Amino acid sequence: MNRKIRLTVNGTARAVEIPTYRTLLDCLRNDLGLTGSKEGCGVGVCGACTVLFDGKMISSCIALAVSADGHEITTIEGLAGDERLHPVQQAFIDAGGFQCGICTPGQVVSAKALLDAIPNPSDAEIREWMLGNLCRCTGYYKIIESIRAAAQPSRA
Amino acid sequence: MNAFEYAAPRTLDEALAVLGEHGDEARVIAGGTALVTMMRQRLVRPSYLVSLREIAGLDRIEAANGGLRLGALVTHREVETSPRVRERLPVLAETFRRVASVRIRHMATVGGALAHADPNQDPPVTLIALGARVEIRGARGRRELPLEEFFRDYYESALEPGEVVTGVVVPSLPTASGAAYVKFLPRTADDYATVAVAATVSLEPDGERCRTARIALGSVGVTPIRARAAEALLAGQRVGADLLRAAGESVKGAVDPLSDHRGSAAYKREMAAVMAGRALTQAWDAARASVRGTR
Repeated sequence: MNRKIRLTVNGTARAVEIPTYRTLLDCLRNDLGLTGSKEGCGVGVCGACTVLFDGKMISSCIALAVSADGHEITTIEGLAGDERLHPVQQAFIDAGGFQCGICTPGQVVSAKALLDAIPNPSDAEIREWMLGNLCRCTGYYKIIESIRAAAQPSRA
Repeated sequence: MNAFEYAAPRTLDEALAVLGEHGDEARVIAGGTALVTMMRQRLVRPSYLVSLREIAGLDRIEAANGGLRLGALVTHREVETSPRVRERLPVLAETFRRVASVRIRHMATVGGALAHADPNQDPPVTLIALGARVEIRGARGRRELPLEEFFRDYYESALEPGEVVTGVVVPSLPTASGAAYVKFLPRTADDYATVAVAATVSLEPDGERCRTARIALGSVGVTPIRARAAEALLAGQRVGADLLRAAGESVKGAVDPLSDHRGSAAYKREMAAVMAGRALTQAWDAARASVRGTR
């Protein structure tokens, strides 16, 4: 019960043959070698596996890889340019938006999706958008500060 | 997860044909938030999955007889952010906004939320209070059902094998009406409700007397529950804070909650009364504002 799927990952066309039960997260990590996205809870709650599916953030741990056939996926690996980090990544470094780092790829991808949707979010909008990304180090204030800084560098 | 065959047909007729062929071995998948989670936990092991995601035309929010029709593939986030929904039925946008997190709302679909038939979900509660009807397609044709008759038991609906939810039709509120959704969740904002209540109140043109009220509750039984006795207390009566409190109190007789980590059955029954009173009060306030607005 294998299927061949074609998808675009971080701007590159990929084709991969996978069992139908492969999650998108496992496909990205194990079949495509993109291990930035993490599995935390495995049930769509913690946000560590967040990727963009046709530009919209989703939980890749509860998405079937076969459902991505013909679609565009962006992972944490696709955010930085050749020489420069994505502004959200740079802001997380500058403002100390991470501690142990396991939730960080999901936090950064979610924050990028937020700023794509709402370029200059209020704190309430940041909190509502990010509430599905858990940080077990509880570094939430710094994460919010990082997103604020990425949205508007002068405001941080 | 178990191994399964997967089909992603481009038309509903093809999907129905595949479902007909595989009977109850097959499951329908849309956003996957409920089904994949249950498959990962090995609670369900379908041998065939039929995805609706590639079927065109199921993802529309349309005007229908003065109300709205939401296609089965419309995502929760789309309902929440739709200008059309926010203008015509803001309570519906607000209800979908209370589901889980933005990320899950990008995935979870309107049809999936109904077919999953989990009594802890938010949308069915408000949809029942609004008098919504669910559209179903099967090999033998199409049928429609009041949503409150659709839910039969925990995770069980009136869907027959081979049938698919294609959409839900939501009537508009009559004039001089208000609606409210109150979700009580003392843990985290993305949790299921401990108790959820949706209420609508329609007033007579005098703005004093209640013509009709509808009350539905979630998370307090094996299906969403309509509190008809409470509604009857309000119909035709002059509305005031005491009457609304009494109506709220009477929902205790309609609910049948389970004790779990969100609270004991006795606690949930008490909170159902409190939250029903609050939902009715908010709906009444909105109805009065609407009467004032038309004068």
